[in-house]
Amino acid sequence: MATATPGQVALRRADDGGLVVVVSGRWRVVDGAFPEADVAAAIAARPPAQVVFDASALDGWDSGLVAFAADVEAAAHARGVPVDPSGLPAGVRRLLDLAAAAPVRAPAPAPHHAAIPERLGQAAIDRGRRWRDAVAFVGEVAAALGRLVTGRARARVHDVLVEIQQAGADAVPIVSLICFVVGLILAFVATVQLRAFGAELYIADLVGIAIVREMGAIMTAIVLAGRTGAAYAAQLGSMRLSEELDALRVIGVSPVDRLVLPRLIALTLLLPVLCLYGDLLGVLGGAVVGIGLADVPAPIYARQSLAAFDLGDLIGGLVKASVYGLLVAAAGCFEGLRAGRTAAAVGRAATAAVVDGIVLVIVACGLFAVIFYIRGW
Amino acid sequence: MAGAPQISVRDLTLAYGSYVVMHDVSFDVGRGDVFVIMGGSGSGKSTLLRALIGLLAPAGGEVAFHGDQRFGVLFQGGALWSDLTLGENVAVALEEQTSLSPARIRELVALKLELVGLGGTQDLYPNQISGGMQKRVGVARAMALDPDILFLDEPSAGLDPITAARLDDLILQLREGLGTTMVVVSHDLASIFRIGTDAIYLDAETRTVTARGAPAELRDHPPNPQVHAFLTRSAGTEESS
Repeated sequence: MATATPGQVALRRADDGGLVVVVSGRWRVVDGAFPEADVAAAIAARPPAQVVFDASALDGWDSGLVAFAADVEAAAHARGVPVDPSGLPAGVRRLLDLAAAAPVRAPAPAPHHAAIPERLGQAAIDRGRRWRDAVAFVGEVAAALGRLVTGRARARVHDVLVEIQQAGADAVPIVSLICFVVGLILAFVATVQLRAFGAELYIADLVGIAIVREMGAIMTAIVLAGRTGAAYAAQLGSMRLSEELDALRVIGVSPVDRLVLPRLIALTLLLPVLCLYGDLLGVLGGAVVGIGLADVPAPIYARQSLAAFDLGDLIGGLVKASVYGLLVAAAGCFEGLRAGRTAAAVGRAATAAVVDGIVLVIVACGLFAVIFYIRGW
Repeated sequence: MAGAPQISVRDLTLAYGSYVVMHDVSFDVGRGDVFVIMGGSGSGKSTLLRALIGLLAPAGGEVAFHGDQRFGVLFQGGALWSDLTLGENVAVALEEQTSLSPARIRELVALKLELVGLGGTQDLYPNQISGGMQKRVGVARAMALDPDILFLDEPSAGLDPITAARLDDLILQLREGLGTTMVVVSHDLASIFRIGTDAIYLDAETRTVTARGAPAELRDHPPNPQVHAFLTRSAGTEESS
């Protein structure tokens, strides 16, 4: 059959005024377009008494021939010309009958393209719903914390430790890299600016204060928002999808108690530890530039670094880290719990968790800056 | 109905937003019954089940449980907690709802898993066992607190005929052995006739209950053409068969 000729059509006018559609060769839908338009044009140009088919030279067929014959029938009927399909193979005729017998359903409504005001209104409603959900989530978490403190919910220390291990140990390499490089960059910027005043010694101060007070906590939180916040959203979202959250509810266990609280507690405890480690790496990164590029002697750089910040700065940074951890975990859990019940919705929840987490961390950072400035910390 | 009503549903209307899934649904589930909620795809069977177990608030009407009833639920996909072992899955309800000692809980978990024919699998994880086994563990988990009523959402969905029949056997054994009332959502005819003692038919067109009775009785004396078509697996009334 490899040598079979592809499907072909020839038109012939019969003596009785009919149009004979001669189909020959091997008709396969994968071979491409069929010239139904030519037949339709021939019918339109000089409407015949009837349309008949001649398939005596046909080698083989599939739905390509059925579609062609259906189109020819439609074109003929549009001109009021009768069609005699008896020349077609019996299988083709059966499929044509089947297609004709199927009731034509009303077409699905076209996707509704909303006008700009409608879309704006919808976005506002969605935004409002989101805020309402967020307030409800904060309330649920507060109630769950209350249950935990008053002993009405069991503290599952094991769950918290598992979360700390998963979010913590695995994040060490990326936190190391990010904090080290941020320290390096800060030191580069400082070197260029301070060299103009011959004040390279103060590179250590600038890097130390920036890292310990602000950048260590922010960079660690952003890394965790991308890693852990997104993972929380995906985990809880897929648990919702597979009815695992419902399975908890029907045995009287609140998903907030069982799943959200351990994650919130884990990141609140974990971030200060990771941040402390990140601070160290950041200062080291600064030292590489300060000592290696700006030629500040190592002992002096070290002494200057230690003198640059006090314990208050360090604790302030760690408190901030703790709050950022709470926010990142809350964003992840919130988006996961309200994810839709589709795979795409779980993906969107993970993305939203990262965006929410980072936005919350940056906003909190701004608030801390104002509070610390006013209080003179 | 085998006994006094254990659940009464009156004039129940369920809706997602403004979309009404079903309206004016009323029925009683008798004690010891295997009560089947039948209906075609999209007729709202699972939605009704969610309302019965309290996961969906009704838009109208009420669901009343008579007396203090414990219930367990087998979800359609099993819904085992994937980060817990099979043993831990069964143990969660016991840990949360009772003050039993860990040793006693371990004992009960082993017993429940043996009850569903999966003794000794405590330390496996859900992704290490087949779909049929996951359903069985789902039953064991739902039975953890010895419930008075067990709700099962399409227990035979996605299972081969032999595994599905074994699950039916298990349901019958649990009913006979423990006297548990079962509410089963199903469109698997073999299973419906085998285990069902009472049933309702949810009609997708009219969005309400159009038939009530024992499945075999409904098959032999169908009250309307849809129920006849459903229970005899024919393509409907408008086509010849």
